[in-house]
Amino acid sequence: MKKIQIYDPPMCCSTGVCGTDVDPKLVQFASDLAALKEQGASVERFNLAQQPAAFAENEKIRAALAAHGNDCLPLVLIDGEIAMRGVYPTREQLALLAGSRISFSAEGGTAKGESKSAQSGCCCKSDSKSSCC
Amino acid sequence: MNDLLQAAPRFLFFTGKGGVGKTSLSCATAVALADAGKRVLLISTDPASNLDEVLETPLSSRPTAVRNVAHLEALNIDPEAAAREYRERIVGPYRGVLPDAAVKSIEEQLSGACTVEIASFNEFTRLIADESAISGYDHVILDTAPTGHTLRLLSLPAAWNDFIADNKTGNSCLGPLAGLKEQRLSYEKTVTALQDKTRTLLVLVTRPEKSALKEAARASAELSSLGMNNQRLIVNGLFSAGEEKDELASAFADRCQSALRQMPDALRRLPLTSIPFRPAGFLGLASLRKVELPVFTAATATPAPLPDTLLSLDELVNDLSRSGKGVVMTMGKGGVGKTTIAAAIAVKLAEQGHHVLLSTTDPAAHIQDAVNGTLPNLRVSRIDPVAETKAHIERTMATTGAKLDAEGRALLEEELRSPCTEEIAVFTAFARTVAEGRNQFVVLDTAPTGHTLLLLDATESYHREVLRSTSDMPEAVRELLPRLRDPEFTRVLLVTLPEATPVHEAAQLQSDLQRAAIAPYAWVINQSFSRARTTHPTLLAKAANERRYVGEVVRELARRVVLVPWLAQEPSGLESLRELTAPPL
Repeated sequence: MKKIQIYDPPMCCSTGVCGTDVDPKLVQFASDLAALKEQGASVERFNLAQQPAAFAENEKIRAALAAHGNDCLPLVLIDGEIAMRGVYPTREQLALLAGSRISFSAEGGTAKGESKSAQSGCCCKSDSKSSCC
Repeated sequence: MNDLLQAAPRFLFFTGKGGVGKTSLSCATAVALADAGKRVLLISTDPASNLDEVLETPLSSRPTAVRNVAHLEALNIDPEAAAREYRERIVGPYRGVLPDAAVKSIEEQLSGACTVEIASFNEFTRLIADESAISGYDHVILDTAPTGHTLRLLSLPAAWNDFIADNKTGNSCLGPLAGLKEQRLSYEKTVTALQDKTRTLLVLVTRPEKSALKEAARASAELSSLGMNNQRLIVNGLFSAGEEKDELASAFADRCQSALRQMPDALRRLPLTSIPFRPAGFLGLASLRKVELPVFTAATATPAPLPDTLLSLDELVNDLSRSGKGVVMTMGKGGVGKTTIAAAIAVKLAEQGHHVLLSTTDPAAHIQDAVNGTLPNLRVSRIDPVAETKAHIERTMATTGAKLDAEGRALLEEELRSPCTEEIAVFTAFARTVAEGRNQFVVLDTAPTGHTLLLLDATESYHREVLRSTSDMPEAVRELLPRLRDPEFTRVLLVTLPEATPVHEAAQLQSDLQRAAIAPYAWVINQSFSRARTTHPTLLAKAANERRYVGEVVRELARRVVLVPWLAQEPSGLESLRELTAPPL
C-alpha cells in the first residue's frame, strides 16, 4: 500500500465542526481517510496550525508554500510526491491515488449534495480567519 | 474569619458572582495567612481582575512579592497575555522557516476565544497540578472568575477527558492544544485536588441579598455535583443599623436579615462567616487587615450636590422608546444589577406598547425570577448553552449529516461532541437574538465582562472571515458585528455601581468595547444611596463616598449617565421593576 500524507490548511479541526456551518465534504474526506487507514493504508495528516513542524521539515511543502502561498493547501502527497494541490480528493480520486479499492458501506458514493471546496467552516479554508478555537 | 483561617487547607478557591467581594476577601485571607507566617501565593484567573488595585502592588503573570506583606506573592493570569504566550510558543520557531503568509495564518488561527480559554485554563491547571511551580508555598489561594465561567472551566476536564478517551479516529477539534493527551494528566490532577477535602476548600462568597444567595446555592450544588464538597460560605456586606433611628437604614438592615432568613437550604449546612458592610469598600492593606471589624462612621458634612445632568431610568427608557425597535444591551460585571436593569427597561417598553424580547447570555442569570410575571407584549427567554448545543448538533446532523454516508455521519456526530461546539452554538444563538432587533425591541442582558468579551472577540474573528468568504453564512451571523456597531441599531448600556472597583471595571470594559468600535450609549449607575432619604451616618458616608465615583463617570467616562436609587425592597417582580422606572418625584 502506498503512503498517503495530507497537509491541511490551518484549521482547528479536520472536519470543520467548529464552524457555524459545517462543510460535508470535509467530514466525508475525514471519514474516507479513516476507512482507508482501517484497511491498512499508511495515512498521515498534518494541520498547519497544529503541526507546523511537519510543514517546515518537508522541502517540497516549503517550496510549494513559497511559490503559491497558503492557496496550495491542502497538499496530498503519495509516497512523498505531491499528487494533488489546493483541493481535497473525492472518494474515487482518493482510491485511485491510494491504488486500492476502498470498500465502504452500502450507501457509498461521494459526499452527496454540492460540495464546494472547503469554503464554509470557520476552520476549513486555507485563508481562514475565523479561529473559533 | 478565624475558623476559616484555622480550617485553611493548601488550596483555597474563592468563587461567587462578580462584584460580591471575592477579590477583597481572597486578598484579606491571603494577607491574614501571610501575617500568621505562612507562605502564600494568591492567583486571580478573572479576566476583569483588580487584584493590583486591592493589594496596591503592580502584578504580572509571574509571582510578585506583595508590598508590605511578608511571605505573600500574587499573580494575575491575564487570559489575553496567556493566549499570546501560548501562540508565540507554537509559532515562534517557524518564523523565517515557513513563508510569512503561512506563519501569519497560523497566528490568526490561534487568535480566537477557545485559544484564550485553553491558554488560561492551562495556566490554572499548571499552578495546581505542577508541584514544582508551587512547592514554595503553604497555601495557594485562587480568586476565580465569575461563577458561570468558573463552573464551565471546572467541568471542562471531565468533558475533555471523556472526549479524548472516546475519540477513536484521532481527529480532534481541540486542535490548538497540541499535545492534549499530555495535558490530560494535569487536568486529572487538578480535578482530584479540587475534590480532595484535605487539600481544597471552596469558599462561596455572596451578599446578603436574595438573588445573590440563590446564585450561591446554585454554585454550591454545581460544585457538589462535580465532587467538590468541602465548601464554606462568606456573606459580605451585612448591614446593621445599630442604635440609629432611620427608616431607610432599618429597611436596609431588614432587607439583609430577611435575605439571610430565607437562605436556601443548600447553604444552611455550610459553615458561615459574615463580614460587616463598609461604606467605602476594601482598597489597600489597612482595610484588608480589619475586614471583620464593624465600621463606625462619624456624621459627615452634607455631601456635595449631584451633577444636574444625571438622568433617571424613566428618562432613559423614553429616549430608547423613540426608535421603536432595536437592541438594548446591558453590560457590566456580574452583581451590578444588569439583569434587573434589563428587566425594568423591558417591562417599561412593553407597557408603552412595544413588542419586546428580554433575553440573557449569562448562564447564571435569573431573568425569569427578575420579571416574575407576564405582560402581553413581553417575551422572556434565555440563551441556554446546554439547549443551544443540543439544537446546534441536531441542526448540523439534519443538514450536513444528511449529505453524508453512515460512516461520515458517525464521524460528524463524534466530532460534534467537542467542547468547541458549545462556543459555536451559543455564538449563533446570540447572533439570532440580536437579529430579532430588526422588527422589535430586544433587551439583552449579557454575561459578566470576561465572557462577554470572549463573545465579542469571537464575533470579530467571525466577521473577518465573513468579509472574505463567499459561503452561505447565516444572515444573522454575517450581520452581527455591523449591527452591534450601528448606534441606531444597538444601544449598549454599561451598568455599574457607585463604588471604586465597579466603576474602574466598567471603564475598562468601555475601552475594550471602543477597540471593537462599539460605543456605549449610556452608563447606568445602580443602587445609589445618593438620592435616598437617610440620616444614618454609615449610609451618609456611603452616599458621600459615592460622589467621587458618580462625578468621575459624568466628567470623564460617559455622555449620558443614569442614576438609579437603592430601593428598600430588592427589585424583583413587575411591581418593583416599575418602581425603578417610575418618573422621579
